[in-house]
Amino acid sequence: MAEFPMPQLGADMSAGKLLRWRKAAGDHVQRGDIIADVETDKADIEIEVFTTGVIEKFLVQPGERVPVGTVLAVIREEGKPLTAEELRIMTTAAREPIPAIPEAPAPSIAPTAIRPAVGEARLHISPAARKLAADLGIDPASLAGTGPGGRITLEDVQRAAQAKAAQPAAEVTLDRPARMRQAIAAAMARSKREIPHYYLSTTIDMSRAMAWLTQENLKRTVEDRLVYGVLLLKAVALALRDAPEINSIWAGGKATPVHDIHVGVAISLRGGGLVAPALHNTDRQSLGDLMKSFRDLVQRARAGSLRSSELGDPTITVTSLGEQGVESVFGIIYPPQVALVGFGKVVERPWSVEGQVVSRPLITATLSADHRVSDGHRGGLFLAAVDRKLQEPEKL
Amino acid sequence: MTKMTYREAVRAALRKALRADPRVFLMGEDVGRYGGAFAVSHGLLDEFGPDRIRDTPLSESVFVGAGIGAALGGMRPIVEIMTVNFSMLAMDQILNNAATLRHMSGGQFGVPLVVRVATGGGRQMAAQHSHSLEVWYAHIPGIKVLTPATVSDAYGMLLAALQEPDPVFIFEHATLYPLEGEIDETAGLVDLNRAAVRRAGRDVTLITFGGTLGTTLQAAERLAEEAIDAEVIDLRSLRPLDTSTIVDSVAKTHRAVIVDESWRTGSFAAEVSAQIMELAFDNLDAPVARVCSAEVPMPYAKHLEAATMPQVEGIVNAARSLVPHHG
Repeated sequence: MAEFPMPQLGADMSAGKLLRWRKAAGDHVQRGDIIADVETDKADIEIEVFTTGVIEKFLVQPGERVPVGTVLAVIREEGKPLTAEELRIMTTAAREPIPAIPEAPAPSIAPTAIRPAVGEARLHISPAARKLAADLGIDPASLAGTGPGGRITLEDVQRAAQAKAAQPAAEVTLDRPARMRQAIAAAMARSKREIPHYYLSTTIDMSRAMAWLTQENLKRTVEDRLVYGVLLLKAVALALRDAPEINSIWAGGKATPVHDIHVGVAISLRGGGLVAPALHNTDRQSLGDLMKSFRDLVQRARAGSLRSSELGDPTITVTSLGEQGVESVFGIIYPPQVALVGFGKVVERPWSVEGQVVSRPLITATLSADHRVSDGHRGGLFLAAVDRKLQEPEKL
Repeated sequence: MTKMTYREAVRAALRKALRADPRVFLMGEDVGRYGGAFAVSHGLLDEFGPDRIRDTPLSESVFVGAGIGAALGGMRPIVEIMTVNFSMLAMDQILNNAATLRHMSGGQFGVPLVVRVATGGGRQMAAQHSHSLEVWYAHIPGIKVLTPATVSDAYGMLLAALQEPDPVFIFEHATLYPLEGEIDETAGLVDLNRAAVRRAGRDVTLITFGGTLGTTLQAAERLAEEAIDAEVIDLRSLRPLDTSTIVDSVAKTHRAVIVDESWRTGSFAAEVSAQIMELAFDNLDAPVARVCSAEVPMPYAKHLEAATMPQVEGIVNAARSLVPHHG
């Protein structure tokens, strides 16, 4: 018997809503089959199954929103009916409540809780109003001050308390863009809170890569032509083979190097927000395959049909803001990853080669890395390796 | 109950003390034949004779020092200083002897001295006779500092002061002397550790003492016309300070205005404000406001003197600015 749980599709996912089952009870499933669609704060995701067997029973019905880890279905081995005991356990599995949104912590009257976080704008509120709001569990930031100079006074808090008491507690419902913003906020805030970032930057001469790309594309049909972005992805993936500290996952207070290299590609969505799904085994795909995968990924990300493994698997993220005219980007690491590579746009600039100033297409590559896991020395070697790979485009 | 002026109430208390206790005597400038600069001791020389109503040379250091010596020697001297500005000449005796001898003698000697000091402006007496320096005395541990603001307190606090084992300074605001009020001569001793709520209210606490109590009560009436219900606290004693009455009131009103005739910087209002911040921070719905005198030597001209001192209008404006929808 195997339990099929609500997967965690990224460090910032705490719950998901089952949209539909793609299979029926009694259906045979194989590892890799898409079994369900799940709505997360970021996107609608196709969920793959990782066991082979027969679906015994669905425990969660479409439309239900459940925490990560909740058993959605039970899959048994072919030809092995479940025992009565197994059936009992599985149907009485306790359902955990969905964790509260972390951005609205329970009010506390501890002095440290009253002190605003560094950088937070100081709220214009009287001490008495602040205390009453804390006692009543009202977020003072949600109040409009009517006192002198716009100060939030006791009266403002009392009025809010009355209004709150007058209406039944409505469940906070947020639309998809708002929930995505919240998810990004949680992940990025956590990253900046926990990860001691260090940043490196280098300028890479792209003349060889661009010239090779032009020649290569002449040989290809229009549909198969490559964009320079896939060269960058492949160069990063190959450089990662020699940099296990960069291709790691931080969990349980330590970094664990990952053997496979799944580069996550930051894709901005039309409605706002972004996702960074994985191009699986980036280092082992040919440039042509990578191009196809990349195009497919972007299309599906924007259509909202990414797969669970694509969201959960990235071992590093690459972000490229060249199309927006940005020359360099220092990104925030997406936990539990430990590094992020950023590329700007290719710019034609004077460049000194063997004592001669010549015009060259240049790109700025940056590395944001977790100093708990790697040092600047290691990060520098990695960026240099990316540069080297791009100087031999034919080997990519 | 007997109706009398503040001046008569002080005199009645002096007379009662002089009759009751042979150790009590009064001394100071012009207290005898002239009857006192403010006529407080008028008639007492005839009644008690020159041994107990003693005119002194114009030397505050000498007669305050003599009072300290007499108190050490077992007497119950009452020393009158004509104005608080002149009391500076006796500061050394007050700070270095009166306030410290019990401490420095390891408790062997006490100085049961009562010093009455006329204080305050409003009488066109200009810059050497009109200031309010009570806060300088309130700074000194080892003495008590009283500021009776009513006829009843003028009587009761003097009698209570004579029961104290250590020096007591009584600041009598000179504008109060002609004011009339009632006293209950049969009432027991005044508790010198308690402030008094002179008017109950729920919107804002007006805290004051001495000569500005009347102005503050008038301001409270004016505020009532605007539907602002002010509570008025008369501190009565600056040292010790009854902080619990202040905190209880601020816990109810969440706003405080302190009215103090001294200069704003380092005023007693500053001390009260700090105490409120320390003891009632979570009860404050607005910053504490102070209404004090302008930081200039007291002018002689009547309109300038009035402009210098706390007035009803200023107190009303300060209170208004703290109450929602009146700012």
